[in-house]
Amino acid sequence: MTDVDIQVRVNGIARRASVPPRLILADFLRVNCGLTGTHLGCEHGVCGACSVLLDGEAVRACLIFAVQADGAEITTVEGLAEPDGELSVVQAAFRDHHGLQCGFCTPGFVVSVTAFLEENPKPTDDEIRDALSGNLCRCTGYQGIINAVRAAAEALAESGGSASRDATAKETE
Amino acid sequence: MSGSQQATDTDRYAGRRVKRVEDARLLTGRGTFVDDVVRPGMLHVNFVRSPIARARITGIDISEALALDGVYAVLTAADINPYVHEQWFSLEGRHAPDTPRPPLAEGEVRHVGDPVAMIIAQDRYVAEDAAELVIVDYDPLPPVVDYATAFDSSELVHEAYPGNLVGQIGGRPMADLAPTFDNAPHVVSETYHQQAYCAMPMETRGIVTEWSPSDGTMTIWTATQSPHEVRGFCARLLAIPEHSVRVVMRDTGGGFGQKVLPLREDMCLMIAATKVPAPLKWIEDRQEHLLAAGQARHEHGEARMAFDDDGRILAATIDHVQDAGAYPSPNPVGSGIAVGLIFPGPYRIPEGTFNSRFAFSNTSGRVAYRGPWQFESVARECLLDVAARQIGIDPVELRRKNMLRRDELPTANCNGMPYSDITPLETFEQALEILDYDAFRREQEQARAAGRYIGVGTCTYVEPTAGASALYGTEGATIRVEPSGKVNVYVAGGSCGNSLETTVIQLTADALGVDIADVSSIQGDTAVTPFGGGTGGSRSGPMTAGAVNQTATELRGRILALAAHLLGGVPVDEVEFTRGVASVKGSPEKQVTLAEIADTAYFKSGSLPAELSVGLEVSGRFRAQHLMLWANATHVCTCEVDIVTGEVKLLRYIVSEDCGPMINPNVVEGQIFGGTVQGIGGALYEELAYDDAGNPVTTTFMDYLLPTAAEVPTIELGHVETPSIGPGGYKGVGEGGAIGAPPAVINAVADALAPFGVRISRLPLTPATIVNLLEEAAQRGAAGAAAAAGAARTAVAG
Repeated sequence: MTDVDIQVRVNGIARRASVPPRLILADFLRVNCGLTGTHLGCEHGVCGACSVLLDGEAVRACLIFAVQADGAEITTVEGLAEPDGELSVVQAAFRDHHGLQCGFCTPGFVVSVTAFLEENPKPTDDEIRDALSGNLCRCTGYQGIINAVRAAAEALAESGGSASRDATAKETE
Repeated sequence: MSGSQQATDTDRYAGRRVKRVEDARLLTGRGTFVDDVVRPGMLHVNFVRSPIARARITGIDISEALALDGVYAVLTAADINPYVHEQWFSLEGRHAPDTPRPPLAEGEVRHVGDPVAMIIAQDRYVAEDAAELVIVDYDPLPPVVDYATAFDSSELVHEAYPGNLVGQIGGRPMADLAPTFDNAPHVVSETYHQQAYCAMPMETRGIVTEWSPSDGTMTIWTATQSPHEVRGFCARLLAIPEHSVRVVMRDTGGGFGQKVLPLREDMCLMIAATKVPAPLKWIEDRQEHLLAAGQARHEHGEARMAFDDDGRILAATIDHVQDAGAYPSPNPVGSGIAVGLIFPGPYRIPEGTFNSRFAFSNTSGRVAYRGPWQFESVARECLLDVAARQIGIDPVELRRKNMLRRDELPTANCNGMPYSDITPLETFEQALEILDYDAFRREQEQARAAGRYIGVGTCTYVEPTAGASALYGTEGATIRVEPSGKVNVYVAGGSCGNSLETTVIQLTADALGVDIADVSSIQGDTAVTPFGGGTGGSRSGPMTAGAVNQTATELRGRILALAAHLLGGVPVDEVEFTRGVASVKGSPEKQVTLAEIADTAYFKSGSLPAELSVGLEVSGRFRAQHLMLWANATHVCTCEVDIVTGEVKLLRYIVSEDCGPMINPNVVEGQIFGGTVQGIGGALYEELAYDDAGNPVTTTFMDYLLPTAAEVPTIELGHVETPSIGPGGYKGVGEGGAIGAPPAVINAVADALAPFGVRISRLPLTPATIVNLLEEAAQRGAAGAAAAAGAARTAVAG
């Protein structure tokens, strides 16, 4: 099969590529773009480690072909912190509440939670648990992660900020 | 404790919830896991695996695969297996009895997923295409699927092992105890069958091997708990010097025992790298992991206890059988013996014995998993609840009567295990108090009256940590104060989420007396770190603390000597050194910083008296003074069981543990949480299942069910701190959660269903299992009622 030309913006940077139709988005990001923060834990859409934001919505990069992302704005875990390295509210909450151990599932959680808090800034505990149920973690027993999401929601409510940097930027425009 | 020591303690980093230094890179996607490693010209490996549980290989046709564009090579056993020079693990030693472990299947495949050929191609996509084109002719043989009947099977997994027996080990003869059991007022027994489940780290296995033929050196990047084990293994495998192999691991995405040892695919990559002119990468996918990364926990045992009239335990025995799978790593007998040895647990049991047998089967091989002997707690704690119901005593009262008290320690259990520094009864009472056990029993009574079935279960266990085996009995550290006064500490590492970088900088900052921000740690690279056993056996905390403390103490001595010189030649014992600043006792105005001391040590050596050593770098190796360090905990779980759907909802979950003083409470608690949830998964959801033909039926995360945030309760913790005899008084804490959780959950379910006369003997407790148990109990009950009615009629007629 012939390669297909695509054009995407990844973490704000425009990228053109000619890719095989069967190349999954996760491999495009990891191999073609060198953004290895997006991890593959199952390659069948259950573990959530490969979650990225596609036009602001959390998707599983193992279930999407790169060609399907043509024209899209993609944010990976590398694109969430400030350029000077300051962690996003969600990332900082994970650090402050021991929401990660080995860190392999972490990018998927951080991305999913970022999208979730955009959609539901004041979640109940049950809503948090429900929202997290699409991401698997084997280290933390989810205790620190749930606390981190709660704390991130509170911090965002206090600051009136937004979980994702892009959304903040848009609001200030 | 004196006042001055207390003042010092408050300044210590150990004991504080220090934020992890690992987090910034991991949260921003800048960690380096093995799949993130890219080498120039690297080729990708994919394995052709057996679709059949047992078959003779009658032919392999690789021609079509080899013809595919982008395929570099297709290798089979003939290309790989003859190049195995020596194959044994440092963990076990050269002379330990071992089981077969060929890199690729040769002549016969022995489980579904058994690697038969390896494809080397330009990328993983092409490698997977090529695997489809390899034609293997199989002549199917009858598989030995059920390990429990393997001893009686006429079929053999390995010809050299009659009766499929890997090995057998035990204590005194069971018959010795017959008089005690025969004469006991109460004898309770049950056979428990535990399903296969496993570590399931979120990062699968993976390895990159790069061979440099011109100088005969190998560089390996891999997901491992023990880089030095991989290095030594590779050197022996290829018969090259140990220092010609460099193993690097930066971030490993969970291990839990699964990544303690290199396995068959790793051997293939090591050997194949010497045959092809390019670095090789293999990243296991999840399906392969579920087929071939190993199984654990698959065992059963008949547990028996005899009690006197008052419910005091007179004797305890377990007759235990464990599934080794086709290719266990390591030989399971060595760790399997612990099931029997620790079966008496934290109880006063005058006599007992055990017998363990290990069976090959045509399934994935047994590997280490967090508390490999965990079945001792399942069998003991579940049997105690059965005993309580049979004798008619509250299970908590039964345990109180029998649990070891502090004033009885140290002691040895009836199988010879030497317990010390444990607090089972304290953790038991603390956990029950957190729950408010009596209030729960009242609530349970009301709930039952309202047709709701809630239950409580407990598990109290003792656990050997930091065992001083040949490989694990020492640990090294190198600490270097750099010329600027910044500190680097080098340890072997192998951290897979267990926060070893943060732990080491806390310990080093304390032991040297410097600011934690001035300490960094380098781990996981065999070329630059001291030799070490890696992460396993709940050893990293205590053993690394020993290594750091010993090394830092010597280095601190050198710092003080230099400071004494720079402070005008005062006696060394008059020098104070805290947070990187030295001063003379009583005159704090005159100071010299570590940066100045280091500058002198490296660049002003000419100004120093000859008896002072130059530079500031020390390597030390700690030798364990203990056989093992005992940790203990109690898990308490409450649940509600829906008797129509069989669904179990966990209501409260409490762990009270004693791992001695905590270096970092966040890390300790994280280990307990994670282990506990793995244990909950094992009790309720997870099963690596096979059908009768030996086909795995759980090959995705849609079938192998890990607990999610939606199922897991909030875990409440209590701590008891009893120092061990090890360094810093620390004990290991990595494994215990996974040991204590399954029995607590099982007992809670059994307690909830006690009104129905349900007896649990098979795991996991899925909704279907529970519905079946209820139906069986109802039938038994109906049959019992009919029999009773019949007897009554007979009596009337008579």
